Amino acid sequence: MIQAILVFNNHGKPRLVRFYQRFPEEIQQQIVRETFHLVLKRDDNICNFLEGGSLIGGSDYKLIYRHYATLYFVFCVDSSESELGILDLIQVFVETLDKCFENVCELDLIFHMDKVHYILQEVVMGGMVLETNMNEIVAQIEAQNRLEKSEGGLSAAPARAVSAVKNINLPEIPRNINLGDLNIKVPNLSQFV
Amino acid sequence: MSDIVEKTLTALPGLFLQNQQAGGPAATKASFSSKLGGLVRGITALTSKHEEEKLIQQELNSLKATVSAPTTTLKMMKECMVRLIYCEMLGYDASFGYIHAIKLAQQGNLLEKRVGYLAVSLFLHENHELLLLLVNTVVKDLQSTNLVEVCMALTIVSQIFPREMIPAVLPLIEDKLQHSKEIIRRKAVLALYKFHLIAPNQVQHIHIKFRKALCDRDVGVMAASLHIYLRMIKENSSGYKDLTGSFVTILKQVVGGKLPVDFNYHSVPAPWLQIQLLRILGLLGKDDQRTSELMYDVLDESLRRAELNHNVTYAILFECVHTVYSIYPKSELLEKAAKCIGKFVLSPKINLKYLGLKALTYVIQQDPTLALQHQMTIIECLDHPDPIIKRETLELLYRITNAQNVTVIVQKMLEYLHQSKEEYIIVNLVGKIAELAEKYAPDNAWFIQTMNAVFSVGGDVMHPDIPNNFLRLLAEGFDDETEDQQLRLYAVQSYLTLLDMENAFYPQRFLQVMSWVLGEYSYLLEKETPEDVITRLYKLLMNDSISSETKAWLFAAVTKLTPQAHSSNLVERLIQEFTISLDTCMRQHAFELKYLHENVELMKSLLPIDKSCEEMMVDASLSFLDGFVAEGLSQGAAPYKPHHQRQEEKLSQEKVLNFEPYGLSFSSSGFTGRQSPAGISLGSDVSGNSAETGLKETNSLKLEGIKKLWGKEGYLPKKESKIGDEMETPPVPQENVTVENVDQVVTKRDQSQILTQSKEEKEKQLLASSLFVGLGSEGTINLLGKADTVSHKFRRKSKGKEAKSEETTSAQSVTCSSFSSLSKVACEEDDYLNTLQEREEKELEKFSLSSQLLDSESLTELPLVEKLPDCSQPAPSLFADNNMEIFHPPPSTAASVAKGISLASLLEETTEYMHSNLMDVCNNEAVSVSSYKIWKDDCLLMVWSVASKSGLELKSANLEIFPAENFKITEQLGCCFPVMEAESTKNFQYSIQLEKPFTEGNISGFISYQMMDTHSVQLEFSVNLSLLDFIRPLKISTEDFGKLWLSFANDVKQNIKTSESQAALPSALKMLQQKLRLHVIDIIGNEGLLACQLLPSIPCLLHCRVQTDVLALWFRSSCSALPDYLSYQCQKVMEGS
Repeated sequence: MIQAILVFNNHGKPRLVRFYQRFPEEIQQQIVRETFHLVLKRDDNICNFLEGGSLIGGSDYKLIYRHYATLYFVFCVDSSESELGILDLIQVFVETLDKCFENVCELDLIFHMDKVHYILQEVVMGGMVLETNMNEIVAQIEAQNRLEKSEGGLSAAPARAVSAVKNINLPEIPRNINLGDLNIKVPNLSQFV
Repeated sequence: MSDIVEKTLTALPGLFLQNQQAGGPAATKASFSSKLGGLVRGITALTSKHEEEKLIQQELNSLKATVSAPTTTLKMMKECMVRLIYCEMLGYDASFGYIHAIKLAQQGNLLEKRVGYLAVSLFLHENHELLLLLVNTVVKDLQSTNLVEVCMALTIVSQIFPREMIPAVLPLIEDKLQHSKEIIRRKAVLALYKFHLIAPNQVQHIHIKFRKALCDRDVGVMAASLHIYLRMIKENSSGYKDLTGSFVTILKQVVGGKLPVDFNYHSVPAPWLQIQLLRILGLLGKDDQRTSELMYDVLDESLRRAELNHNVTYAILFECVHTVYSIYPKSELLEKAAKCIGKFVLSPKINLKYLGLKALTYVIQQDPTLALQHQMTIIECLDHPDPIIKRETLELLYRITNAQNVTVIVQKMLEYLHQSKEEYIIVNLVGKIAELAEKYAPDNAWFIQTMNAVFSVGGDVMHPDIPNNFLRLLAEGFDDETEDQQLRLYAVQSYLTLLDMENAFYPQRFLQVMSWVLGEYSYLLEKETPEDVITRLYKLLMNDSISSETKAWLFAAVTKLTPQAHSSNLVERLIQEFTISLDTCMRQHAFELKYLHENVELMKSLLPIDKSCEEMMVDASLSFLDGFVAEGLSQGAAPYKPHHQRQEEKLSQEKVLNFEPYGLSFSSSGFTGRQSPAGISLGSDVSGNSAETGLKETNSLKLEGIKKLWGKEGYLPKKESKIGDEMETPPVPQENVTVENVDQVVTKRDQSQILTQSKEEKEKQLLASSLFVGLGSEGTINLLGKADTVSHKFRRKSKGKEAKSEETTSAQSVTCSSFSSLSKVACEEDDYLNTLQEREEKELEKFSLSSQLLDSESLTELPLVEKLPDCSQPAPSLFADNNMEIFHPPPSTAASVAKGISLASLLEETTEYMHSNLMDVCNNEAVSVSSYKIWKDDCLLMVWSVASKSGLELKSANLEIFPAENFKITEQLGCCFPVMEAESTKNFQYSIQLEKPFTEGNISGFISYQMMDTHSVQLEFSVNLSLLDFIRPLKISTEDFGKLWLSFANDVKQNIKTSESQAALPSALKMLQQKLRLHVIDIIGNEGLLACQLLPSIPCLLHCRVQTDVLALWFRSSCSALPDYLSYQCQKVMEGS
């Protein structure tokens, strides 16, 4: 079972928070914060597994994370999941995001928070891995997008407009997001092994 | 028209953004969809957390106004929801929007619905009350023809769904398993899995459909069903052995690349699927040779195929290795797996190294030499910069610790402990160090110093067992008395030096340990007097930073030392200071000390030196107060009523509903009504029986002198007058008999406890020695010194206790054997009569039919009769009459012998209890084991009968049952037979009691025996138990039923369609009574009342009503799971008939 999926940036700002087990609101925030501190302490060249400690369910639970440019992707899983398997699942998730957003960056995650959730729903459902086949996931998302277009007609415009605005405004956008590494590079896979 | 305008306006959102401030009303409206952008922008522009808070509060306020405004369209609502989600993600409360999220999911079009569902799943949790409002929407969407809607509904169901509403959607989701779209089928499977997780009872009937999903033509659906199987097999592997073949075939196809290329991930075929399958196989093959053999080929294949140098192939390899070491071992595979572990451990990639260490830790128990091979790498990892790797290494070292390497390993662990700050790590590590120190300590000094380090670092976070065990070890000591004293003396000395250190700070727990040890063992000091110690303790007592709990410990230590001290100035000062303390607890202690101090003789006898292990005689029944009570009563005082009774009376007076469960008190009050006075007094004897000898005297005193007013349950007012009458003629003889009985019962219980304890102890030692034996056989190892067979240096249970247990066991064996022989005779006589009776019937049969019709069963019973020569004295003539010799037993197979005998022995039980059919649990060429259950009133009795099949006799046959999580298992008869003759059968009985309710459980054990001249053989088996095995009829009156009914909070209603034959209520109830052991209390018109209890005493009530062809069941119980379970069982019974 996957217990939680957290995405936050290098400053600890949450970008996607999805819990599959119920925690009270304050605890959720605490988990995000502490996970961030745990992960931040670690160099990029040491292992990608962490024990979550007493916060999320004790020693049976592990944090498995990957760091892409400005973002950390952290999966909190129990012992019934394979560590390396989850590591590649994160890769699949990120690659799917990249396909859906065409060169995904942190801003996509912020402005299309809902979409990211929909993509995640196709990968992980209720804490269980639903689909690991990237093409299949993208196909599902595209089917939903088509629906959006056909149904929305005019109403589909806002999304496009927003993305237009996003690009127009880029230079003056947020100061603490470093423009230099906005793009999440989908790395050569073997380098992460 | 205006509609179109609005649409156009909302369609041009961000373009107005720059001149938003300047914009008129149109601009404000248009900016809805880009408000999120504005919000994000605003937040990121801020510099402080405080400003962010302010901004978001503003945002939330405006959102609140917008969502509750009647003019807000659903489309605007959709945008609002996204912003609310964003605010919630940042940790701000947006609960005002929850209801609107549900509304959006209910009313919106597809896109709005999607946002609504998403918001609901992020905002709410399973038990949120608003979630009930969503159920109808989900039901509607599940029935929709639009695939996307169905998908959304399934997703939300698998994320959050209220447990009690599952029946509303279950049939709809079951239907979806046949849906033509694979994505729907797949999601439906996962949704059902979710139900299985939160309410396993409700989906029990669809397990067969999971099997269908496993065979689905679509790989995705099959993969989804593996989630369920992994879980269910983990819970109970024996139920799914038959699927092993299917899993192996699937894995073979996957590994062989038979899947479509779509499923490849970096040219590895469906890696996640492989991982899942390997895990399942590992669980299935565990300790099961036959099942394991099925999978050897495919594991070999997997190991061979996974050669590609990619991350995900390593994931598969790791699972493979894990599986190979989990299942029944095969040397060839083990060799390959060991090589793979080497690849992991030696890999330069940190992730793989980590997993390699993890694998090593796992396999070390089976193959300690592997650790030797990689010892250099392990040592390197100890100094690895990554703390995670370091800790995994320590975990590995922990597993290979023995008496030689313990100092090195513990030192490493302490180093790590000093570096780490996380509480969770400290707790974990401190426990391990304490355990190792206790097990392998080379000498006293090292042990005490290590424990000091443990206490000062672990301090107040460690598990309370650690200090407790430490103190017990000191107190109970071990084999050598002088060594004990040295250890204690060393501890005392080291604590005194620690306390003398200036500015040192110690955790409270450590101070508590110190104060106890100083209080008990300061007398061992030669140079220092008790006064010196008291001075130090006094200093601590005056310290403000010390908690009042610790002060109580310190005070106790001072109290213990006072009788030994010669001058008592300090003590008096202490008393003076603390008798005016504001802390009532301390004041109490001070006064106690004060009064004891006044009577030194009493104090000395009360606080003897070094007697902490000896039991004090305490009359827990407070029988010495009986006279006082009687006096009070005779002077007209109101009799004492226990708390619950007072409450009951109060409630019945007030005529208010009682919402508290009655539990035990109810059944026992039913009891006391019927008990004889003798029985009542017995109750009190048992309850206060901690010191038998002391009590017996008071018993007899009590009997003659005082009225019997006190029962086990407290005062018995109803019986008062009767008791008074009976007092004139005290039922002395009766009393004696029963008292004896009680003694027997009590001692028996004690003995059984001691027996189980010592068995545990034995197991522990066995485990410890088997873990490390042969580890250092190479002898070349620096780190992992030589293996030793020395078990724990400090054995937790001292020789004193062992000797005691030996004594008692021998004593018990005497009483037991005499007892059992007695009862055996009785039983056998019974048995014998039964068999005779049956035989007569058979005889008749035989004569009426032809002689060859004599079925095997009656034939096989003959050997039994022959085996009972000692009790057959009155029989010969009968036998002669019946011409027994005619059907002298032909050499029948052992299995049928077993059957015959156990059936016969069943008969003795059946007279009283229901029992299950004989079931074969395991067999091999030499023995066969079968079992059956006897549902006794107070427990479940499992009988395993072991029959030897071969012509050889078996030596030291021994049957052992592993302790199981939910059960308390007690052995009934002897479980070890030194010799078992050829072709004979032995029965082993275990009584099983439920400790925690569960739905499905199993217990497993093994039978071991020795054939002539050969090595010993061990055969494992397991038996499933269901909750039904622990359900017993509950016999209560209709009034009691009424009272209880109102007191239970958990209820479940269910309607069952009945066929014509069941339409009549009595027949339906009879069926429930027979199949489920429910007790029929009353039938009133078309309603019936039934009751049962889950052992030991959780009642459950059932109310049935028949309406045309529907049987309405209504369960209530104090336990939440019970009604669910029973309703399912009832359904099964009614449908099954």
